[in-house]
Amino acid sequence: MSFPLLTATAVVPAAGALATAAVPAARRTAAKWLALGVSLATLLLAAAQLVRFDPDAAGPFQLTESHAWIKDFGVRYDLGVDGISVVLIALTALLIPFVVLAGWHDADPLEDSSTRWRPTQGFFALILMVEAMVVIAFEATDVFLFYIFFEAMLIPMYFLIGGFGDRAGERGEAETAAQRSYAAVKFLLYNLVGGLIMLAAVIGLYAVTAHQLGTGTFSLTEIVQARADGRLEFATTTERALFLGFFFAFAVKAPLWPLHTWLPNAMGEATAPVAVLITAVVDKVGTFAMLRFCLQLFPEASKWATPVILVLSLISILYGALLAVGQRDIKRLIAYASISHFGFIVLGIFAMTTQGQGGATLYMVNHGISTAALMLVAGFLISRRGSRLIADYGGVQKVAPVLAGTFLVGGLATLSLPGLAPFVSEFLVLVGTFSRYPVIGVLATVGIVLAALYVLVLYQRTMTGPVAEPVRGMPDLRVRELVVVAPLIVLLLVLGIYPKPVTRIVDPAVEHTMSQVHQSDPKPDVHVNDVEAAK
Amino acid sequence: MENLIGLLVLAPLLGAGVLLCGGRRLDRTGHWIGTLLAAASFVIGVVLFADLLGRPADDRELGTTVFSWVPVGGFRADVGFQLDQLSMTFVLLITGVGSLIHLYSVGYMEHDERRRRFFGYLNLFLAAMLLLVLADNYLLLYVGWEGVGLASYLLIGFWQHKPSAATAAKKAFLVNRVGDMGLSIAVMLMFTTFGTFAFGPVLEHADQAGEGKLTAIGLMLLLAACGKSAQVPLQSWLGDAMEGPTPVSALIHAATMVTAGVYLIVRSGAIFDAAPDAQTAVVTVGAVTLLFGAIVGCAKDDIKKALAGSTMSQIGYMILAAGLGPIGYVFAIMHLVTHGFFKAGLFLGAGSVMHGMNDEVDMRRYGGLRTYMPVTFVTFGLGYLAIIGFPGLSGFFSKDKIIEAAFARGGTEGWILGGAALLGAAITAYYMTRVMLLTFFGEKRWQPDADGKLPHPHESPRTMTIPMIVLAFGSVFAGGLFSLNDAFLKWLEPVTGHAEGDSPLTATQVTAATMVVLVVGVALAWAQYGRRPVPVTAPPGGLLVRAARRDLLQDDFNHVVLVRGGEHLTRSLVYVDHTLVDGVVNGTAASVGGLSGRMRRLQNGFARSYAVSMFGGAAVLIAATLLMRAV
Repeated sequence: MSFPLLTATAVVPAAGALATAAVPAARRTAAKWLALGVSLATLLLAAAQLVRFDPDAAGPFQLTESHAWIKDFGVRYDLGVDGISVVLIALTALLIPFVVLAGWHDADPLEDSSTRWRPTQGFFALILMVEAMVVIAFEATDVFLFYIFFEAMLIPMYFLIGGFGDRAGERGEAETAAQRSYAAVKFLLYNLVGGLIMLAAVIGLYAVTAHQLGTGTFSLTEIVQARADGRLEFATTTERALFLGFFFAFAVKAPLWPLHTWLPNAMGEATAPVAVLITAVVDKVGTFAMLRFCLQLFPEASKWATPVILVLSLISILYGALLAVGQRDIKRLIAYASISHFGFIVLGIFAMTTQGQGGATLYMVNHGISTAALMLVAGFLISRRGSRLIADYGGVQKVAPVLAGTFLVGGLATLSLPGLAPFVSEFLVLVGTFSRYPVIGVLATVGIVLAALYVLVLYQRTMTGPVAEPVRGMPDLRVRELVVVAPLIVLLLVLGIYPKPVTRIVDPAVEHTMSQVHQSDPKPDVHVNDVEAAK
Repeated sequence: MENLIGLLVLAPLLGAGVLLCGGRRLDRTGHWIGTLLAAASFVIGVVLFADLLGRPADDRELGTTVFSWVPVGGFRADVGFQLDQLSMTFVLLITGVGSLIHLYSVGYMEHDERRRRFFGYLNLFLAAMLLLVLADNYLLLYVGWEGVGLASYLLIGFWQHKPSAATAAKKAFLVNRVGDMGLSIAVMLMFTTFGTFAFGPVLEHADQAGEGKLTAIGLMLLLAACGKSAQVPLQSWLGDAMEGPTPVSALIHAATMVTAGVYLIVRSGAIFDAAPDAQTAVVTVGAVTLLFGAIVGCAKDDIKKALAGSTMSQIGYMILAAGLGPIGYVFAIMHLVTHGFFKAGLFLGAGSVMHGMNDEVDMRRYGGLRTYMPVTFVTFGLGYLAIIGFPGLSGFFSKDKIIEAAFARGGTEGWILGGAALLGAAITAYYMTRVMLLTFFGEKRWQPDADGKLPHPHESPRTMTIPMIVLAFGSVFAGGLFSLNDAFLKWLEPVTGHAEGDSPLTATQVTAATMVVLVVGVALAWAQYGRRPVPVTAPPGGLLVRAARRDLLQDDFNHVVLVRGGEHLTRSLVYVDHTLVDGVVNGTAASVGGLSGRMRRLQNGFARSYAVSMFGGAAVLIAATLLMRAV
């Protein structure tokens, strides 16, 4: 048996989490270094996955591992990656070291003297635990296995949101704690409700397979195969009901309008690195699962629901952007911007074109990197002043030019400036949508104007103009902070200019998904290539 | 040779990277690095030009694909360059004028502590602009298109400690984004229509696409052009863009970037030729803007804003010509090049005047400067003569041809467009004479600045005057040279095509009419500003004057409808999101699950215990499943 690379990629951070939590209270710094080391080791494993992954290999999944788990219910420990998940695992493993490094002091005790302080260890252990669960969720090809970790990651996330926040500042300790606790509970309840409904659908799926195939199964490959062979047929209403059960959970997680309101609370109250963990890593499981489970398990129902989902995505895009314009809190602004971006991702997935789905996958990666850059720099800014309110800043450019410059690059990536990575994915999503649904494509394009508005207004109010009194004397980015931001910016540039390494891996997987849903791209009116060929 | 094309873009891009990331240690040499790389790009341009000239007229096209950029399914975008006569013309203009303005900035920005960064941005602009004109497909063009927008944003807001500069920069970017939306929709339409957006196949097969599609594409390209080239209704940003340092106004907001819209339309000629309705829209925009800009230019007392109105108006001429189809393409580009010389020269002159006048921009506080700044006066004066179309100078040749072509459209439309172009020429003569008289003639109306110091006007240093002199040469001779044996026409014709229109007026009649309106315009300005003393504070003025001072109320309209309306929309949405969406979702969840009571308790501090119990539950569940496996 070959080395179980996929298991290892999840076990290493999980074991690292336990080890970090076990570091003695007085040795906080050791715990941080341990967490950083573990996240880097995980990154190496994810890189190994990329190296061993062959984009052109036949079959839907690679590096597969398969073990029986709960025989009575046909639950298996089945892991495997396709081009979409292998890229998202790489994104996750890439972002965690930056999250750890950016959050280096986020869980420090207020006074250094308290030797019995343990939350520092907890903070980093929880981050690693989330990573482990997200990785397994990306790897699982068994629906039940996926479900368990999809739900389980709520627990460490809950503690990260509820237990750690920015310095209280002017709002006062009690008020801050109450807000944070509210945000954490809201996050938990929304996602739990989504999860419960999905659980019903998971059980329903088992019942259908058990009824028709004789033995129930949760295996994605088996179900897809059985449907292709005609051994398994869903009644129309059953398929639709099951689809909705799955989709609802993913739409909460993604999040899609009108299920989005937990996100601004959670991202606003959590520390910036945890906010990145939410929007750049955990939420991606939702959009990823739409591609993998909704489309592949229920292709007919997916097509049936497409019009409504497209409209909801469009609303998310425009509504999220408009709400971002109206925010007074930097982190909530970025949260609403993310809602707009998730709208683009879902739009691309359900446009059912190669460009749309390829663009959506690329979008998940690029949004992860760009939001991480913007949010982490915002976090550095907030940590200097102790306020999240835009109005409390002004003229930062004058005192901290590097901070302002990196913030601008993060912002320009968020508004999808060509040359930076998000442009490629956003344009692919737009063109993929437009080729099938021109009206929605055109309306979604309005989102690029609104994005420019919220980014530039944010930049203008915080970074330009006369230097605000509290900003005077603000230090520029420190070495640790530069180490976090610089690689992200380099990545944004590299993937903006040369996205091929990613599209090369994603493309075959997208084409596979498209064929599962029995969809092919619309043909152009004028067959330029045919004309060329005829000459 | 092909490899040199990429180098053309890379040289200034390298400069931008080095200067922006290089840090303080480059503060003392940065401006020369930037200038040198701009000049290097110009030299490469000249080498390529010589190579093209050495080839037969129908074989003057170089192309190279550098790498495949975004290949997804049938969607193939390459990073590829195409150098033909049209892009070559732009390359020489951009790098030539660009190098001169780099040199000028060495002096102009001497006392600015962020000069290195300024040169980094200028180099970034050059790279993006070159990418725009060298791209061989619309998506790569789009990268350059937004790239110049970014450079423009950074440079308008260069003095961003001034809130007005930061606001102007943001406004420019936003208005341009509206135009960019048009360009991206146009690219999407091309993709669904042709399955590609590379110039070659799209333009070659344009006629097969059907008029409806082509009209839609044409209108979207026009929207893009309106944004970048400050044409009505997206012109409102250009006046505010004058907040940027003057060399920026000269290079970006006069000579090069703002003409990108003209490039886009001329480049897409095959699409417009098959979409007459789109062409009508183009000429309408051009004619309206050429009058709009000219009227605004008459009313401004800020020398740069007067010139900005003029730029808008002159680009209106180019857009008009481009909309006329093959009768006008060549002249649109010819006017674009001559305008590049004289308008850049005029702006540099204005900068030189401001340099000597403690950064005063109000022309009512100038007066009598000709003896104090002789070089500036002569070069500015030559630019002035060129723009009003004084016989023999550059503007005379290029503008005259456009007016002629407008009449040649034929029918009532021809008379309307030709009439508008003639009227525009009269107004141009009027407002430019006004600028000239207010600045260099009459009595001294100098006022002390904020610190109470009276200005001591003096000639600018050599790094600034040399570029002005070179551009003045261009303003004088370029038009004549281009028209010698129809050299420019013959050069561009293989790319753009050319047709002679059926004009109701002969060329001589048009020229005569132009001369008449020219004299009338100059005379009117003389009567008002030359013969009578000029008040230092502007008189209240009539309704039209007041409206023109406020950009014909377009900004007020924008403010009331878009800004205020938008604020109300976002504010009410924030309210809706907080109360309604959140409330309804929570309410539904609460009523369905009967959770409302429990939720209240949770929010009151039981959250932790709840989560712990959930964690416990999950643990039990996992333990149970593991046990079942054993069974």
